[in-house]
Amino acid sequence: MKVRINGVDEMISEATLTLQQLIADRGLSPKKIVIELNLSIVPREQWPQITLQDSDIIEIVSFVGGG
Amino acid sequence: MKEDSLEIGGVKINCRLFVGTGKFSGHALMREVLLAAKADVTTVALRRVESGAKADNILDYIPSGCKVMINTSGARTADEAVRIARLARAAGAGNWIKIEVIADNRYLLPDNLETLKATETLVKEGFVVFPYMSPDLSVARRLAECGAAAVMPLGAPIGSNRGLKTKELVAIMIKEIRAPIIVDAGLGKPSDACECMEMGCAAVLVNTAIAVSRNPIDCARAFSQAVQAGRLAYLSGLAESVDEARASSPLTGFLRDGD
Repeated sequence: MKVRINGVDEMISEATLTLQQLIADRGLSPKKIVIELNLSIVPREQWPQITLQDSDIIEIVSFVGGG
Repeated sequence: MKEDSLEIGGVKINCRLFVGTGKFSGHALMREVLLAAKADVTTVALRRVESGAKADNILDYIPSGCKVMINTSGARTADEAVRIARLARAAGAGNWIKIEVIADNRYLLPDNLETLKATETLVKEGFVVFPYMSPDLSVARRLAECGAAAVMPLGAPIGSNRGLKTKELVAIMIKEIRAPIIVDAGLGKPSDACECMEMGCAAVLVNTAIAVSRNPIDCARAFSQAVQAGRLAYLSGLAESVDEARASSPLTGFLRDGD
């Protein structure tokens, strides 16, 4: 399936991939990041249950320095 | 001097120098700067995570007790600012939001109308809202009326270090608006910050001038002292400025005859 992650189209080969696994695969620390799925914020507790669907739009964000 | 803290959103702020976290060469230095300034309020931004990036979490470097305000930089519309604010809160960064809505890429001047819209929405959603704006009395009044915790006019374009170029307009806002006025952006030198505080600004927000100085820790200390000096001068009730001389020595008893 094809999903869009942080503005980039990506092919996902796994039949099922949870948000939790997606974060782990990318080597991201779950602490203090936020996932937005199709413009809705997904609470951290739901990351292990939610699986990616074709055409999903995912934003993974965190904090950086700024004024 | 009696205690003189600023209270915003139920939080007592002793240090009226707010320090932004952008452009530092590393998180550790940024932390040292916040400590040197004894900053009570700082700002961070929200961005997409780069895949595989193992970067440290900037929030871990912010001294405990320093309140974090998330800026909505990158937002070009009210809707985008609201989206960033909600994401930040969901990420556990609290509910203090600096609204920064910018559609102009050259001067980075804020869009006051979109800023007002975002302020209205976010105040209703329980955020403590600090709108960054182009100094304008009517907009400032409306921002305050709809519940902004403070109003933050720019001194000069972001990162320009040009000082308080908007002085006359900011002075009017200080006189007319009851919400705290915090000059944000463009201050380049401690004397610029001092000038703002002498006029009666509640605080100033400085980032670039400190972060890109050769010694950011000393620079933060200098800004901090300037802010304190300016605040104390304001509270002292400065003497008025006049065009002609007013002798400071008595005008009688001169050692000459014939007057």
